[in-house]
Amino acid sequence: MGTIYQELVDIVDAEHVSDRPEELYIYSFDLGTAEPHRPDYVVAPRMTQQVQEIMRLANREKVPVVPLGGGLSLAGLAVPLKGGILIDLKRMDSIIEVNEKARYAVLECGVSQAQLTSYLARQHPGLTHSEPGAPPTATIAGNVLIHGQGDLAQPYGFNSDLVNGLEVVLPTGEVCRFGSCAIGVSWFTNHPLPDMGLFFGWCGTTGIVTKLSIRLFPAKRLRGVGQFVVDDEELVPEIMEKITRTQMAEDVIAYSRAIPPFGMGLQHFTVNIAADSEKELEFKQELIWDDALGEYISRGVGGYLGFTRGLERPQISKTSDYKKGGGFEYVGSVMPIEKYPLCYRRGREISEKHDIPYTVTGRCIGAGHSMMFAWTYAFNRADPETMRQARQALHETDDLVLELGGVIWKPGTYGQQLIIERLDPGTRELMRRIKAVLDPGGIMNPGNWEGI
Amino acid sequence: MYALQFDETKCLDCHDQDCLTKCWYVEIDPNGVREEMLKIARGEDSFVLRECVTCYGCEEYCPTGNHPFFLIVERQEAFGIQPVPSPLVQRAVNLGLPFRGEPEIKQTNGPVLNMAAFSELTPLIQGRLFEGLPVISTDGRKMFHYFCQLMYLHYGKSSVIKERLPGIIDTIARHKPTEVICFHDECYGTYTSYCPAVGIDVPFTPVHFFEYLYNRLMELKHLIRPVGLNVAYQRPCSSRLSPEKHRFVGEIFRLIGAREVEREFVGENALCCGGTIQGQRRQGSRKRAAAIQDKNIDDMKKAGAEVCVFNCPACLQTLGGMLAREGIRPVYMSDLCRLAIGETPAGWR
Ligand SMILES: Cc1cc2nc3c(=O)[nH]c(=O)nc-3n(C[C@H](O)[C@H](O)[C@H](O)COP(=O)(O)OP(=O)(O)OC[C@H]3O[C@@H](n4cnc5c(N)ncnc54)[C@H](O)[C@@H]3O)c2cc1C
Repeated sequence: MGTIYQELVDIVDAEHVSDRPEELYIYSFDLGTAEPHRPDYVVAPRMTQQVQEIMRLANREKVPVVPLGGGLSLAGLAVPLKGGILIDLKRMDSIIEVNEKARYAVLECGVSQAQLTSYLARQHPGLTHSEPGAPPTATIAGNVLIHGQGDLAQPYGFNSDLVNGLEVVLPTGEVCRFGSCAIGVSWFTNHPLPDMGLFFGWCGTTGIVTKLSIRLFPAKRLRGVGQFVVDDEELVPEIMEKITRTQMAEDVIAYSRAIPPFGMGLQHFTVNIAADSEKELEFKQELIWDDALGEYISRGVGGYLGFTRGLERPQISKTSDYKKGGGFEYVGSVMPIEKYPLCYRRGREISEKHDIPYTVTGRCIGAGHSMMFAWTYAFNRADPETMRQARQALHETDDLVLELGGVIWKPGTYGQQLIIERLDPGTRELMRRIKAVLDPGGIMNPGNWEGI
Repeated sequence: MYALQFDETKCLDCHDQDCLTKCWYVEIDPNGVREEMLKIARGEDSFVLRECVTCYGCEEYCPTGNHPFFLIVERQEAFGIQPVPSPLVQRAVNLGLPFRGEPEIKQTNGPVLNMAAFSELTPLIQGRLFEGLPVISTDGRKMFHYFCQLMYLHYGKSSVIKERLPGIIDTIARHKPTEVICFHDECYGTYTSYCPAVGIDVPFTPVHFFEYLYNRLMELKHLIRPVGLNVAYQRPCSSRLSPEKHRFVGEIFRLIGAREVEREFVGENALCCGGTIQGQRRQGSRKRAAAIQDKNIDDMKKAGAEVCVFNCPACLQTLGGMLAREGIRPVYMSDLCRLAIGETPAGWR
């Protein structure tokens, strides 16, 4: 294996390759409950060509390759289950182009959410992107590739719906491009050429995305969050329907949690509203709170909690404070919104069974087309028993997602297997063939989507 | 067990009926006020129970100290008339439950400052104004052990206050304070107005925060340099329970050289911050609150206020941003006082 280390040094440089145990240790786990596995090498390339060379090397040596962005997807998706070369992509962090008129940004794959947000705020204050509530070091690419959703999900959908183009290094080392950039023009659209679904949702098992173009949107001058609360979870789907009908919101989230206790059993909504003027803001507020939700207020079953200027991202991570030791992981799902009441009740049962204060969140995607519903479980990192409990709760929740008629979002290996068992045989065969064509050596993020 | 002492005969003999004729929010024929109040006193339904925005104002307007507002709330609860939608009630009732550990009791055998449910504002308590003054309820996780509970008057829930308040008083008393300086008007009003009205014993002497500030400024008079600012004061609802202490606002302003601007909505005529009104169950409450806020801020602007001074954190939270957007700086009274003695409060430029 010594030669692999040397070859990696030759491809990148000595400073950005490591096989030192203390560094491998850092890369052996994520924030969640996944069992740790150490890579054999960590390498941090700076450019596409270096990624290509690493892939060729790995292919030749039949060594696993695991791409890593921010490592914040939680479900163990970038934990090197079978060792090998972990490619830390954070150094590939150039913002290559921002086009104000066609509203897109071309980015290297290591650009983080915070980096783009602050860059746009400084250089292009009229533009914004759909930023997830993930920690700021999460990468744009990592998020898009797992079908993440940001704070513009309500009007515009999943972040993977907002991609205009990709540059990908295949497991065999070739580079290919998708979208308009594939014919040498600017990266302004994904349509109408054959699409690039070969890489989304595959957890890095089909190639490494080195560049991408994402859509940007008008950043309104005033942004803020209004809150609404109901005590009957059965009201949530119709309220979501009413809010989305106004087409006045940027982000609509319903949540409920056991801590702090005042929220226990209640369903809170946060509704992000943006406007360029006070007049526009008041107009939107009126449509949402007074016209769409006024009936719930006068019936006494829904309460308006006020509007705060400035953006608050969903604070799932606060859950990590519930148990000593600061750990948490969630199962995400893509669900029909009408399932919210069941998701809440059944999720609460699972939490209570495992003695974990419950936290559930449902973010509306599109005009009520679906929601990302998440069940979060806290654990104490220093206490294996609470980790075991949380893991068990997560598995039961994976089962629940399918039972309720949803799809597990960014499933870990347990959830992946549940999905594979249910996959349409034709689809499964097609996926197997695609995987075999793209990754003949089976080197890409092995352990994930295994057995398709 | 605890019952409001309301004397119906005082209403019968009352010439003014200021409780409702002066009310900004309930529209009522002045000739019908006595009748409505008597209906309420006798335990009959009245439209006032539904129209009340829970601004506390009538507690101050009542010339006989008969506690019309406390009575309205008792009756709202008896009739199941919730001034705000039920999820807000549930949320508020749960909010006051302590959930993280027991309070750490240190006996002081002297005066203490009680931050109550505003532990997070302990950083305001610094500098020479507070030197040597022990402070209780400084731990945000445990602050609800010190929470006076009076907020539930906004929610039509006197029963919650009566159920929890004796325990809160006991917690404070276990610190063995001689005097309890109340950071918030609401606590002061609880111990000096609500408790006697319903028969809850208070085994310590409550002191109004502004009275403390005034006395302390007098001790530090040699340090005072006039702040020379045009100020307006946002009166909190609960100060209606201790109108006799409201004079300290003006006295402090005079002492520190702050010019109180001449406004329409001042003193007894003060407008509510709108925080409670916006969430009420009645149709159009959000807009109604916004209209009151606009009127209030307009009045401050017209009067030339540069700064709006607060006692109540909830009022500041509600109005602070709006005021700042209009070029009026929101500031706590204690910070203004610190400024006057040459200290620079955090964030002051
Ligand atoms: C507190 C918290 C809140 C969150 N909130 C949200 C939210 O609101 N919305 C949301 O969508 N997500 C959320 N997440 C989940 C997750 O953090 C984000 O989706 C994040 O953007 C994932 O990006 P990452 O860079 O961390 O991906 P990683 O974890 O590094 O990678 C994700 C997967 O993609 C692969 N991969 C990464 N980069 C590449 C690449 N360039 N090419 C090929 N494969 C690659 C990895 O191998 C892995 O399988 C949250 C997470 C936390 C901890």
